[in-house]
Amino acid sequence: MSQFKPIKSLKEIPVKEQFAPGHRLCAGCTIPQVVRLALKAVPDPKIVVNATGCLEVATTIFPYTSWKIPWVHNAFENAAATAGGIEAAFRILEKKRGIKKPKIIVFGGDGGTFDIGLQALSGALERGHDLIYICYDNEAYMNTGIQRSSATPKGAATTTSPAGRVIPGKQERKKDLIGIAIAHGISYAATMNPAYPTDMYNKLLKAASKKGPVVLHYFTVCPTGWRSDPSQSIEIARLAVQTRIFPLYEYEDGKYKINILVKKPKPIEDYFKLQGRFRHLLEPENKWLLEEIKKDIEENWQRLLKLAEIST
Amino acid sequence: MSSLKGKGWKELPIGAVIPIPATSMEYKTGNWRALKPVLDQNKCIKCLLCWVHCPEPAIIRHEDDSVSIDYDYCKGCGICSNVCPVKAITMVMEGE
Amino acid sequence: MRGRLIGLNGDTAVAYAVKQADVDVIAAYPITPQTIIVEKLSEFVNNGELNAAFVPVESEHSALSASVGAALTGARVFTATASQGLALMYEILWIASSLRATVVMALGNRAFSAPINIHCSHDDAYAARDTGWIEFFAENVQEAYDLTLQAFRVSEDKEVLLPSIVNLDGFILTHSLEGLYVLDDKDVREFLPPKEPVYPIDPEHPITYGPLDLYDYYIEHKRQQAEAMRSSYSTILKVFEEYSEFTGRKYEPIKTYGMEDAEVAIAILGSSAGTARYVARKLRKEGKKVGVISFTLYRPFPASKLRKLTRGLKALAVMDRSYSFGSPGAQLFMDIAATLFNEKERPLLFNIIYGLGGRDLKPEHVEYVFDKAFEVAETGETPESEIWIGVRE
Repeated sequence: MSQFKPIKSLKEIPVKEQFAPGHRLCAGCTIPQVVRLALKAVPDPKIVVNATGCLEVATTIFPYTSWKIPWVHNAFENAAATAGGIEAAFRILEKKRGIKKPKIIVFGGDGGTFDIGLQALSGALERGHDLIYICYDNEAYMNTGIQRSSATPKGAATTTSPAGRVIPGKQERKKDLIGIAIAHGISYAATMNPAYPTDMYNKLLKAASKKGPVVLHYFTVCPTGWRSDPSQSIEIARLAVQTRIFPLYEYEDGKYKINILVKKPKPIEDYFKLQGRFRHLLEPENKWLLEEIKKDIEENWQRLLKLAEIST
Repeated sequence: MSSLKGKGWKELPIGAVIPIPATSMEYKTGNWRALKPVLDQNKCIKCLLCWVHCPEPAIIRHEDDSVSIDYDYCKGCGICSNVCPVKAITMVMEGE
Repeated sequence: MRGRLIGLNGDTAVAYAVKQADVDVIAAYPITPQTIIVEKLSEFVNNGELNAAFVPVESEHSALSASVGAALTGARVFTATASQGLALMYEILWIASSLRATVVMALGNRAFSAPINIHCSHDDAYAARDTGWIEFFAENVQEAYDLTLQAFRVSEDKEVLLPSIVNLDGFILTHSLEGLYVLDDKDVREFLPPKEPVYPIDPEHPITYGPLDLYDYYIEHKRQQAEAMRSSYSTILKVFEEYSEFTGRKYEPIKTYGMEDAEVAIAILGSSAGTARYVARKLRKEGKKVGVISFTLYRPFPASKLRKLTRGLKALAVMDRSYSFGSPGAQLFMDIAATLFNEKERPLLFNIIYGLGGRDLKPEHVEYVFDKAFEVAETGETPESEIWIGVRE
């Protein structure tokens, strides 16, 4: 495990960019922030393995590529498996031929991670490959047109869970990716949010210093899919933390730590009213669902508090 | 990249690889925008928030931590203006 | 004959060849009848006999995904599967060959479900035929061993750079003990030089692998891939010749028996070629002018060679160990019909379906086929549809 020195100010973040503009990600998309910061936090030599999805499609339309490091795309559900194969290959090539093993960063959307890619991720975690898995979670299959995923939060309207007259949006709750990852016995997992860049950068630094698999769950705002104002993406991301609907916490060697302890949460309506996908929840006929969601948020927060408590 | 554009099958690199990094820079997304950010350097406190949050990135960070906008790629999303703590960036209509 | 004579079953022979090839990465998921391959390989690795990374993936889809990733680093990679496993990794087959990932895969030919059947059909071999993989067929355990070594050599050749499959009949070859000559390790090292990758993953030379193509580039990329497959044929011939000289065991794209003056013949794949030849020899003693054509190379399909071979033939029975529902004929039949259609001199063709799910092909079945071929040759009339043999009505 290499030394990990957290930053205190954004000025300490390196200037060099290894991710180039000219990509086709939407105006106001917060995916690039995790890519840029990850590439700055993880030292060279490094490579990226990317699942099919927004990031992959928008940054590598032949013959244009936004990547300044080796970048591999195989298919939708196998980023973790592909990365595992690459990692195993470099491990053995290092032994047999002295070729230096690069750090491997895996990017997958919530689609390619929570759903179709879950098996491959599970296998890779179990086998203990040395890789940094970053799930950029925009809470639906955005690239194919905003269809629901198991990361879509309860109540959200998507094209396959529309806010209809009979069923008002997605009825199922969001899967707990960190919980699933931890169940594999990995040593480090954390949530990240673009509105907290210093916290995010330090988690990336910490992840880079670890050996074995780490899972980072990055909350990303999608103005296109969420029907929000692109200029408000960071504002919305901050509200996700401030309303406790997306807590910022990390798990390290058996201990949980809540990084942003929200003492007085903002009302969830403040977060919902900025996004078209939630507006139906502010209607009186859907009050029951809104109450359910509030209850879920509170329960999850209490659960994390307890876990953090036992950890001290 | 101009070496790949419009090439036929005999000349394209095998395996559909793009063997040159960062060729996306030839695709100027600046023509996407309707609104454009205007930075008042006098107000800027060099906090670097706009630089961190810019998706392209279309904010250039200079040696002294001052910043400037790269209009070749700026899509006019307005995040920089929204996050600036001293309101040094205003969004104006493109063409103004 | 170079090598020392030992007894191994097909799976073990393949594993032994992979070990001697000094493979770097093995990513495979067990499935009958290939399990012995992965078991033997993990034994070699854990005993320190093979310096490779064995990745115990959680499914066949991940097996090929990991293999593709590993191949892109420049490592020598091997995987193996059968039947359902191949079906599960199907989308990655196309990706592997399109990305020019030089993986070698052993396929223990087994029938597709449902009903689930673990015995020999060529369903899986045929399923891969469109995907851009080079395909070899082994007739016996010796060939399974030899073709595995040659597959690495062919796939990794700079003029080829395409993944390849070595087909060996499930249970009939995978689990049957036969005598074979295995080369010494140093001989294998001589024949098979280390892999020299063309675009390896290298942070010093950053490359984007697997981009998105819109309609302005996709067809060019595919045209290029098609040419790679077409032109791989000459390299395959070279490697076959080199190996034949090196070992004293002859390898060629099509094996023939009696084709110099045959009036009728059988075209067949896999281990049943042996049965066909056994019957053919018997009929030859009776004065019947019969021939047998069996394919060691299935993809790229040796079309021009086949055209030349069949010029003097009156009737050709194409035997398929699989079935393509709703098609005008089973898979090899379609390959051969398309190859011969425009020839001025060509035999009448008819299709025999045999051996599905491990149903035994007996000499009397083959005799029936040759009889039918003579009937077709005499009457000039071909059966309306394919003939299924060995089936209870």
